[in-house]
Amino acid sequence: MDFLQPRSWAEALEAKAAHPDAVPIAGGTDVMVELNFDVRRPPALLDLTRVEELTEWSMDEGQVRLGAGVTYARVITELGRELPGLAMASRTVGSPQIRNRGTVGGNLGAASPAGDSHPALLAAEAQVELASLSGTRTMPVSDFYTGVKRNALEPDELIAAILITPPSGPQQFCKIGTRNAMVIAVSAFGLALHPDRRAVGTGIGSAAPTPRRAREAEQFLAQALDEDGLWDSRRDLPAGLAHDFGARVRAAAAPIDDVRGTAAYRLHSLAVMARRALTWAWDDYQKAA
Amino acid sequence: MRITTTVNGEPREIDDVWEGESLLYALRERMGLPGSKNACDQGECGSCTVYLDAVPVCACLVAAGQAQGRDIITVEGLAERDTLHPVQQAFVEAGAVQCGFCTPGLIVAAHDLLARSLQPSDQVIREALAGNLCRCTGYEKILDAVRLAADRLADASASGR
Repeated sequence: MDFLQPRSWAEALEAKAAHPDAVPIAGGTDVMVELNFDVRRPPALLDLTRVEELTEWSMDEGQVRLGAGVTYARVITELGRELPGLAMASRTVGSPQIRNRGTVGGNLGAASPAGDSHPALLAAEAQVELASLSGTRTMPVSDFYTGVKRNALEPDELIAAILITPPSGPQQFCKIGTRNAMVIAVSAFGLALHPDRRAVGTGIGSAAPTPRRAREAEQFLAQALDEDGLWDSRRDLPAGLAHDFGARVRAAAAPIDDVRGTAAYRLHSLAVMARRALTWAWDDYQKAA
Repeated sequence: MRITTTVNGEPREIDDVWEGESLLYALRERMGLPGSKNACDQGECGSCTVYLDAVPVCACLVAAGQAQGRDIITVEGLAERDTLHPVQQAFVEAGAVQCGFCTPGLIVAAHDLLARSLQPSDQVIREALAGNLCRCTGYEKILDAVRLAADRLADASASGR
């Protein structure tokens, strides 16, 4: 096995081009488990922890440009205001030790349907920036997930950054697990209200082959808020709206039975989480007036 | 491959490191530092918690090569010669140790907490130790130990020692 240790982003892209079968490793919270249990024996590891460009975040033309190697711990301490949904999701990741090492870029690279950051990134309509020696491309995060633990990366590409517009409205994140700490989600849900665009963003986790948005539910809610003038009046939600939104989120999921939970429980919990997330978000929206 | 690091203040150089092995394996099997325990090998239990550049991490999830040139402190590096660190002493006195397998990780996690927060609430202690599993004690004595260490460190800090 080779151990490639680039010192810069340019070197990292060169290394990935020369060794397309190298497995990128940052926090190691997924890759090392596979190595320790001998379920994966890649020809090379590409250690990205020396690439300073990846561990920085910046404000760029009104967007947060989150380097792929920024840890959950730093999202929580440094970006709670700019990326509230992602910060809430980050607080539910593993344990302090895991949050100190694990990165949002790594969560995308692993592309597990249960990854904690995905519902928040989907709801915020984040973009992913992918790069190789031949150039850089950006895509909506919803297009990045292509299958169970599969993503849109070409063999010579690395994840450079995640681009997220700071919120114009409230964001919420809910996760169901068997305890609070050290839990892989049984199901998860992210919600973002975008009053500037009169739009709604959602993200479903652990309840479909990939993380996905509940687009019909988004349109239903945005339209309902629009028709009743609620974006401006911020009056109480009409009775049943949150429940109906939850039912539509549930309809967008396609879960399976597995060791962590049944498909039926995942569907039920999603409907409940969506209803609660909307209730909490609307409460935040009213208080922010 | 060859890895050079600083471990508990001393420069260390180890050879023939397999590229896929963990820092935990390197510490235990190559550097003679078995304090950090290998219980789960997947970041679930916290028994292998060490400081990597002053940040607590699971050593089983760090590739040994990622530790190249870094500064590592293990549980063996917390005592001053024969004098236990107050966190270690508190674990002994509070009866927070039963089988002892989780203890090194809990000591490092509690050490980190008390370096950041002198008078943590129970909620803060629980959150700080959430990544460390103990199957013997039921955690009550561990919480007692952290509170005891917190009180002593706060007293020491107040008296300027």
